[in-house]
Amino acid sequence: MPLWVELVLRVGGVLVAFLTLPLLVGQAEHKVMAHMQGRLGPMYAGGFHGWAQLVADGVKFVQKEDITPREADRAVFRLAPAVALVPYLLVLLVIPLGPNDLVGQPLDIGLFFVLAVVGVGVVAVLMSAWASANKYSLLGGLRGAAQLLGYELPLVLAAASVAMAAGTLSLSGIVEAWQPWWLLWQAPAMIIFFVAGLAEIRRPPFDMPVADSELVFGYMTEYTGLRFAFFLLAEYVGIVVIAALTTVLFLGGWQGPFADDQLGWLWTLLKVFAVAFVIIWLRVSYPRLREDQLQRLCWLVLVPASLAQLVLTAAVRIAL
Amino acid sequence: MSDPSEHGGPAGGASERGMPGAGLVKGLAVTLKTMTSRSTTQQYPDVAPELPPRSRGVIALSEENCTVCMLCARECPDWCIYIDSHKEEVAVPGAARPRQRNVLDKFDIDFSLCMYCGICIEVCPFDALYWSPEFEYAEYDIKDLLHDKDHLGQWMATVPPPPAHDPNGEPAKEETAAARKVAAARPTPPVVRPEPGADPGPAS
Repeated sequence: MPLWVELVLRVGGVLVAFLTLPLLVGQAEHKVMAHMQGRLGPMYAGGFHGWAQLVADGVKFVQKEDITPREADRAVFRLAPAVALVPYLLVLLVIPLGPNDLVGQPLDIGLFFVLAVVGVGVVAVLMSAWASANKYSLLGGLRGAAQLLGYELPLVLAAASVAMAAGTLSLSGIVEAWQPWWLLWQAPAMIIFFVAGLAEIRRPPFDMPVADSELVFGYMTEYTGLRFAFFLLAEYVGIVVIAALTTVLFLGGWQGPFADDQLGWLWTLLKVFAVAFVIIWLRVSYPRLREDQLQRLCWLVLVPASLAQLVLTAAVRIAL
Repeated sequence: MSDPSEHGGPAGGASERGMPGAGLVKGLAVTLKTMTSRSTTQQYPDVAPELPPRSRGVIALSEENCTVCMLCARECPDWCIYIDSHKEEVAVPGAARPRQRNVLDKFDIDFSLCMYCGICIEVCPFDALYWSPEFEYAEYDIKDLLHDKDHLGQWMATVPPPPAHDPNGEPAKEETAAARKVAAARPTPPVVRPEPGADPGPAS
């Protein structure tokens, strides 16, 4: 296979995943949230149980006027949605779907790359917040910055624990080294990583920066049309990314009950959707954390716990 | 929802707040249970709603029962019933003199004013007014909500048969009155309504 065919195939595959998985997760959120609240959710769009609701939403967003406030910093304001979206696209590039290099771009320092790129999200939040020239945007953006910077630490420490256990920074290498008893050994790290990941993508119950009941819509207040849709898309790609990272790092990725070589991609996708379901489930079940509770959870619970997990991982690693 | 001590979790010696995290698990359980049970949404325009018995949709008029006594119009709290009538002489052959009777000319109910209290239906001594469960009579113009006597008469076809008497309710006034009369005439009154479960009745 010539190089360019392989390149097109890999990039095309990642692009398809980037465009379809968030829609699937979004539709699942519509339906799961509705049924958890005793409703039915969208029922009309597309004819069968509203399967085309998000397509219809997309068409609606495209038709809306693209407004830039007069006082806004135009260039930064217009660039922010792209900055929010592109890091997640790059992360999807290195997340392995199955064995034998079934991945957009195999990378030896995949974990490092992923954590570094996900951290760019805070820049998009600050850009949109400052450039909007709106007090609600600014409040939301500053809350977002405090939250993202804080939760970055437990996220990285929990990921470092599993990297230490596997002895590699390559995501494929971590999945290959993974064994079922790690579920127990790395359980605290998994919970810490998952909770910090939720906070990183600003999902309820960690949606203080958006907090639509007090801040209108936080840093997204001034956005309309397609740019707003990009922010929403970034949120759903964020769910996919966090679910995929949790799967790859802590749930054994493509390792399934049988036929790992042929069906590895299926096990990965199943696990990703299961984790995404839990993310939606938490959103429906729990109220939003107050700003001080949010920071308290991060600095007084998650950071010490992740440090303890690092010690535990190191001890077991030396003992074995 | 209920006593917190019931949900203390497996830790018997735990404080009143229960195990740490028990509330979080309970929240997840509630949403999961709601998700797996049937949702309460009614698909209204696609599926006709299941209305409870004695639903108050629209008022139907049985014109031949009306004697133009005007009780309904007088009792109506917001005066939304308009009645016009005239007297006609009916000459019965062989009678000493011709009789007079009321003829209904106009019977309008303005449903833009009606507050669906049902007093007109309660007060009608001749059973000329009924509740119908039909509710889909919205109009684009508010003056079309004034239903005349032909329109009100058309609703009669939608009036459901009266529901059966509630077995646990108190007996009807007619029954108690009849029983009282019999009791006054006879020393031992018969049982008007058999006690539920005590007497199987003539069916056995």
